Parts: sequence; C-alpha cells; structure tokens
Amino acid sequence: MRQRLISGFSTGFLFLALLLAVSTASAQDLQSFEKRITVKVLPNGLTLVICERHDAPVFSYTTFIDAGDVNDPTGESGLAHMFEHLAFKGTSQIGTTDYAAEKVALQKVEEANDAYEAEYLKPVGRSEQKLAELEKAFLAAQAEAEKFVIPNQFTEVAEANGAHDLNAGTGLDDTQYFWSMPENRLELWAWMESSRLSDVVPREFYKERDVVMEERRMRVDSNPIGRLEEQFFATAYVAHNYGRSEIGWPSEVSQITATEAMAFHKKFYVGGNIVIAIVGDVDPKTALPMLEKYFSRVPGGPRPEDMTTVEPQQFAEKSVVIREQTQPVYLEGYHRPSYHDPDDAVYDAISDILSNGRVSRLYRSLVEQQQIAAEAIGESPVPGERYPSLFMFGAIPLPGHTPAEMRDAIHKEIEKLKTSDVTDAELEMYKTRTRADLLRGLDDNQGLANSLAEYQTRYGDWRQLFLQLDRVDKVTKADIRRVANRVFVASNRTSAEIDTEPPAAAAKQDGAAKQDGGAQ
Amino acid sequence: MKRYALCLNSRFLFPAAILAVLVLPSASLAQQTKPWEKIPIPPLHAFHPQEPKRIELKNGIVVFLQEDHELPFIYGSVLIHGGSRDEDPAKAGLVGLYRQAWRTSGTTSMDGDAMDDLLEAKAAHIETDGDEDSTVLSWDSLKGDADQVFSLAMDLLFHPKFSAEKLELAQQQEATSIVRRNDDEDGIAGRESAKLVYGVNSPYTRQPELATIAAVSISDLQAWHDRTLKGQLIVGIYGDFDPAAMEAKVRAAFEGLPPVTPEPPRHDEFTGPKPGVYFIDKEDVNQSNVQIVALGVDRHNPDVPTLDVMNEILGGGFGSRLFLKVRTQLGLAYEVGGGFSLPYDHPGSFSVEALTKSVSTVDATKAAEAEIAGLNTRPFTQAELERAKDDIVNSFLFDYDTKDKILDESEKLEFYGYPPDYLETYHAALEKVTLADLTAAAKKYIHPEKLAVLVVGNGPEIKPPLDALGMGAPQPIDITIPQPSVPPPVAGAAQQ
Repeated sequence: MRQRLISGFSTGFLFLALLLAVSTASAQDLQSFEKRITVKVLPNGLTLVICERHDAPVFSYTTFIDAGDVNDPTGESGLAHMFEHLAFKGTSQIGTTDYAAEKVALQKVEEANDAYEAEYLKPVGRSEQKLAELEKAFLAAQAEAEKFVIPNQFTEVAEANGAHDLNAGTGLDDTQYFWSMPENRLELWAWMESSRLSDVVPREFYKERDVVMEERRMRVDSNPIGRLEEQFFATAYVAHNYGRSEIGWPSEVSQITATEAMAFHKKFYVGGNIVIAIVGDVDPKTALPMLEKYFSRVPGGPRPEDMTTVEPQQFAEKSVVIREQTQPVYLEGYHRPSYHDPDDAVYDAISDILSNGRVSRLYRSLVEQQQIAAEAIGESPVPGERYPSLFMFGAIPLPGHTPAEMRDAIHKEIEKLKTSDVTDAELEMYKTRTRADLLRGLDDNQGLANSLAEYQTRYGDWRQLFLQLDRVDKVTKADIRRVANRVFVASNRTSAEIDTEPPAAAAKQDGAAKQDGGAQ
Repeated sequence: MKRYALCLNSRFLFPAAILAVLVLPSASLAQQTKPWEKIPIPPLHAFHPQEPKRIELKNGIVVFLQEDHELPFIYGSVLIHGGSRDEDPAKAGLVGLYRQAWRTSGTTSMDGDAMDDLLEAKAAHIETDGDEDSTVLSWDSLKGDADQVFSLAMDLLFHPKFSAEKLELAQQQEATSIVRRNDDEDGIAGRESAKLVYGVNSPYTRQPELATIAAVSISDLQAWHDRTLKGQLIVGIYGDFDPAAMEAKVRAAFEGLPPVTPEPPRHDEFTGPKPGVYFIDKEDVNQSNVQIVALGVDRHNPDVPTLDVMNEILGGGFGSRLFLKVRTQLGLAYEVGGGFSLPYDHPGSFSVEALTKSVSTVDATKAAEAEIAGLNTRPFTQAELERAKDDIVNSFLFDYDTKDKILDESEKLEFYGYPPDYLETYHAALEKVTLADLTAAAKKYIHPEKLAVLVVGNGPEIKPPLDALGMGAPQPIDITIPQPSVPPPVAGAAQQ
C-alpha cells in the first residue's frame, strides 16, 4: 500500500499571504518568521539559526559547511566526502578506550602509510617485496590502533537517544550533517555535534577509505548513468573543479590519507565557514547560552580564501559517446553563470517551462506528441551552483529511438525559445508554482532547517529564502529569449550519450571490463 | 535553491536503505568516562497527538478527517483495495498501466491534458498511483481551490474515461522500463532475489513483459476500475477545513454508493527458496551485489516484536552486527544490511545484502553468512538488547510527530484490518522482549541451511569463484528479456 502522493504540510508558518500576493507580502511574512527565528553569530564566527516550532516535542538540525568536493586539493579528489565519513568516527572522548595511547598508535599508522606510499609511487626501482612488507606493516599498525576503538560509538549514542534520519551528505558545493531528536536531548546533541566539529579523531580511516571505494563502485563504475555523468562533466569543464569526479577519481580516493583529511578539516571547518540551523520545540532564551557554551569550542578563524580558477569560455562544441550494451541515453549541457548572476531566476523559469510535469514543453513534445522519449528534462544548475555551472538537457529514448533523435527534438524546442516568446500562461504558471514549491520544500522541520542553513550560508541572510520571490516575479518573456539566445549556442555545448551496441561487438571491442582504479 | 534530481548531486554517508540502529561491542567500555551520560535529559514536553476523526458510512466506506489549520492547504486521498498481485498473469503490468492512464486519460467531461493545464496553473495536483496491493487517488490544493479540486477528483473517481491514446503512452513508458531493466544491477538483484523467495510465477514477483503489457486494452482498465471501486474504500482528508462541512461533503460523495464488497481471502502458497548459490553475470560492473534470502513471516505473527529487535541487532544500521563486521571492521561494503521485512498481510522475506568489489565477493558473502549463522551461535547480550530497544523506543516519537503521519498510520491499519491501537500494543510488546525471546526466535526462524545466495556480478573478475562458498556449483539465472512473438503496439519495441 502506498501513502498519499505528497505528504502533508506541518510547518507552522503563515504562508498564505505569501502565496496570494508575492512581492508586496514578503515583508509581512518575514515579520512572522522573524518572530520565530533567532540568529546568533558566535565570537568564533559560527552562525546559529534557531526557528521555533512547538507542535511536537522534537527538533531537527542541519550543520552546513561551506565546503565540498569542489574544494578538494589537486590530486585529492573525494577528500571532502572522505572527511564527512570520518566525522562519524568519534572524538577523543567518544569511540575510544584510551585516547592517549590511541593517538600514538594513529601516528604510527600515518607513518606506515607514508612509507608504503613512498615505495608504491616510486617511478623506477620499486621493490614488490619491499612493498609487500610495507603493506604488512601498515596493516599491523592499523590493527594496533584498532585495539583502542569502540566502533560506531558516536552514532550508537545518537541513535540510542532517539536520533532519527541520521545522515550526512557531501556535494561539490557543501557538506551537510543532520538528524532529528526528541527535544529533551538538545544539550546532548549540542555536546555531540560540537565535539565532532572541534575534536574529530581520524580513526579507522583506511577501512573507511575502502568503504568509500565501494560507494564509488556502486554509484559510478557499476552504474551506466553514473559513468555517463562523470564523463559528461569531465568533458564540459577544462579548468574548474566542477569537471572532476565528484566522489573522486579511483587513484586519488584510494590514496587519500588521514593527514590530508585532517588538514582539510583544519582549513574548512572553522567557525566562519559553518552555519547550524535548528528547527523545532526549542526555546532560544534558555537554549542559546547552552549552545554558545558548546559551539564556542569550534576553532575560529577566517573563511578560507576562495579559489582563483574560473572556467574559461568554451569555444568548441564537445561530445562524449559511450558505446556499450546498455540502453541509450542523451545529455547535453551549456555553460551558465553561478547563482549570483542577476538572471538566476530566468534559468529557473526556462527549466520550469521546459520540463516541470506533464504540461511542460519537453514532455508534451517529445513524450506525448512525437512519442520518441519516455522522459525529457531541462535542468539547472548542475553539477553545483556556487560557481558557473551548466544548464543540462536530457532524454531517455523509447525503444527503437536514438540519442540523435533526442538531440534534434531538444534543439527544436530550444530554437522555439530563442525565436518566439513563451506565453503569458506559461510564465504565470512558473511564478505560481515557484511560490507553492517554496512552501512545499519547507514541509517539515528537517526541510526547513536545511533551507535556512543553506540560504544563511549562500546569501548571508536566511530572509533570502523568501525575498528571492521578488526576483522570480520580475522575470519577463524578453529575459527568457535573451538568455536562451546567449547561452544555448553550439559552441557552448557539450553532449554525452550512450549508443547501444549488441553484445558480441561489445565483447570484441572491450573484453576487459572496468577495472578498479582504471580509467574509462 | 535547487537540487538536481537525475544527477548524483550529493552523496550520502549511509544508503537510505539502512535505517537507524546500533548495538555495541561491550567489552572495553568499563574504563571509559562517558561524559555524555552526565548531560541531563529533562522530562519530555507534554505531547498529545491528535487522532483523526473516523467515520464509517453505512455502506462500509471509512472516512478519516484530520484537521490541521497551520497552513491553508487541503489534501485528500481515496485508497482502493487491489493491486498488481491481483492481476491476470497474462496481463502482468496492468496496474502499472492503469495508475498512469487513469489520470492522464481524464474524465467524461474533461480530458487529462485539460486537467493538467487547469491544475498546474493553480499549483494543485490530482494524481493516481498503484502498487502490489492497492491503488490510490490523491489530490491537494490551496484551501481556496479545494472545492473545485475535490469535484474534479470525484469526477475522476466516478467518471473516468480511459483513452486508447493514453494507454499507448503508458505502454511505451512501461516498455522502456522493461528493455532497460537489465541495465540496473541493483534492480536485477532485488527482482531476482524476490523470485527466489516467492517463485517465478508468484503474484508477488511476476514481472511485466513486452507481451503482457501489449495484451492490456482500455476495456481491461475500465473493468479493473469498476471491480476495485466496489471494494472497501478508505477516504482520508487532511488540512485546513471545517470538519462539519467537510464531513457533509464527503458523505454526499460516498454515501450513495452500494454496500462494499469485501476482498475475498487470498490463498497464496509460499514455499521459500531452493537453497544454493545463484549467479547472474553482468560484464559492465566491478562490484557484486550479493543477496542472501529466505522466506520470512507476516506481521500478524506474535514473534514480530522479537524479530524487529533482532533486525536491529543483525542489520538495521550502524553498529548492527552486519554493519560492524562487514563495513566498519572489514571495509568490504558501503551498503550492507538486512533482516525480516514483516509486511502486513503476507509472509515477507528474510534478506541480507552486501555490495562489494568483485574480488571480495566470496569474503563478503561468507562474512555476512557468518553473522546470520551467528544469531544461533553467538549469544545475544543484554547490551545489544537494550540498545536495540532504546533505538526503537526513543525514536517512536517520529512515527507520530506530525498530524499527517498519524493519519497515514490510521489509514494503513484500517486498510490491513489491524486494531487502531496497534502501535501502542506493539510498542508495549516490544519493550517486553527478552534475551530468551531472541534466542528462541533465532532458533525458530534462522536456518542457515535453507538460505539461497544470489550474486549479480562480473563473472571473470570474481576470484575466488563462487564455488568457494561451498554451496555447490553456482546456478546461472537467465535474465534475457523475452521478445513478444507478436510485436506490441509500441514504437519499435524490439530491443536495440
């Protein structure tokens, strides 16, 4: 049996006026929010956003780190994600029987790994026998350090105290940690979260690295769409880190060290780079002094310098063709600016009109009328939003239809956008649905915590969550034509497709399947 | 801000399949100071969850009204008995086509496309869906549009007009999924391991084929609709409405229907898998998907609270025995876990999975099997029991922390004929589970010699080979997609 399609709203805010009259009502709704929201910037730069909602004795939180895999140093792709895994391994107080002794043992693990890697990376004269010995020593050092470990104690304590939907995610742009808990565990949570932000210990790091390699095999190597996307982004970008494998190239992930992960932590997990949003049955008056006490433990320090690399303008059309046995898929992308661009909402309007639901242009054209695709989308920004990104189109052909047909049909729809205005009804629908979608995105404590933390980070002010509707409201038909004509041009395009080959031919051409650590 | 859906934009530490849990390795805790235990945990704020109002109409239709005036929205749904397990096997996939074509076709007075235009302009929705045992019509809108959307939804419920064109569209989409189903390693593993447990021709596992979906006509859809609508409907309304007015409105729509026809009891046979190791070769992967399966029990079984605790200990998540061994200690898998599935009205499966690189397939499988066998040989500890219970009990709050979750639970219990206080009695039973219960349940339900192991993976890369599992020679499973003898009425359905 299935639950209802869309679960009910449960967030207690006055959204009505917002829905009925956008631009004029924003201030009023902000007022209603402002009554419930408390923002506090601690001396170390860490920002706390607390939103009261007393409907049930629970709270949710999101810790939002303004650093993701786009920030991984060269040669260390996948590092931000590796650190995220490390953040569940405990601290000097949780997860260990004897931290002083463990610390010494962990240092020996690093030394053993360094010795192994030095031999492994020797360009000439590598001794396989020595390598085997060094590997043995490395494993022995790990076993020694593991003697002090109480495995998974951090998550164990959280869950025994009712932590619900405990997880974390790393994207190219950011890293987020989150769960929900009964409200009487707020202080316990504050102790745990501030402990792992300020006092993380790189225990069991190399086992966890193996786990992340398995995650890569699952999401990318053994998944046709995962393989296609990785090649698509790697081809679309020539300079910026958005073109790097998000989970990390196999050779790099498999050689990340605990020392590197801790250096990443030191640089990026500083107060000024962290926003924590808490939504639920919390009284800021009594909670704030307690939260300030715990979260002041997070090291201060300036926000790290932003990267200098800017993706140069593309001037040649590029394409990727994967020939294999799996079924055909077509993708294409066009470079567009970051979310700071004044036209950000125009891209959203184009995406909505092209691919939001059964009324969208791509659905009605490719799926309903031409009957060549099962699904067709036009979305942005991918793969991230902090830096100049891509507007991506994609289609899944029906049996018997080809990527080339998808490309031609998508180009026809793009041409229409360039040469004639969208209708008043389409533009109005975009604005109405955006207002509603904003509310639908806030339908629970956790969703709201995520949004508040994200907007506080990206705009320096959670109010932009609502004020962005002003920009949405100002989008015109002329804007859409202007942007389409500027961005959707051949020289700015990268396409990627899977062309299906019959089994026999595929076997002849590529007998060796994807290898670990292997390039594709 | 936007997150992209088709694309893997953010990665999660823990796969969604793994729910919360833990256990502990108890030995060395004695010396630890455990500062977190000194943090005060005050009494929880008082909380009185709001139950929905239940109304049983004279014809047997049940209505739940759950008011929530925080936001100006109204949601509704009609839950209907009957799903894919009730299909004619020669027309497998009918419900999959019905759930699309019902909505996209529209009604005798408004076609589906016109309905899309009207609703989307109001950011409102009416959708139809279906699965193994039910179909559902649901709607939502702003309060101001609620009367019109309710009328349209009732029109779709009582006066659908199935269109040949929209059925064909649905058939094309379904054909696309069928020809693509072997591209997805995880999908293959889930589907084929279920067939091992229930049998290839079981109503719970038979799969749509190009020929069976081509055999479905619009009169089949109409007949399905007419038949299932005679069953017991469950109507749920949630949101910002006046209860008296809403009750009158729902009564007006449903009270005139004839008395409901109860679903006939099912007589399915469940035999469980034939023990052994089964293999599906997939050349384009570097990771094996290992499924270890047996037949399980259904939720009516009095041992279910014990099995729920055992699930937590075996494979519910962090620190569960499987997670601790296969992931944390051996580093052999990102995704590992499993347990009894405990469905509401038929025996579920016992299923443990591990996804591991090709070369460690045998090691990971053996490690997982050892944890399963260990349920009978490694005594459960008091600490394991307490933590498993703490986990479940302390997060119980999240089963009913919003009014819509409470409504969903009420509808589910009504649908499957469980008493309304099921959750309370269940949790009371769960708190009483003892070590002796766990030991007895393991003895009764965990039989390593009856397990089947399915591996989907890259044959030449799997070294040592699967024979090393000591379960006999691997038995290959053929997953070739059958081509219909008569081409279906879809564009070029022949697989490329």
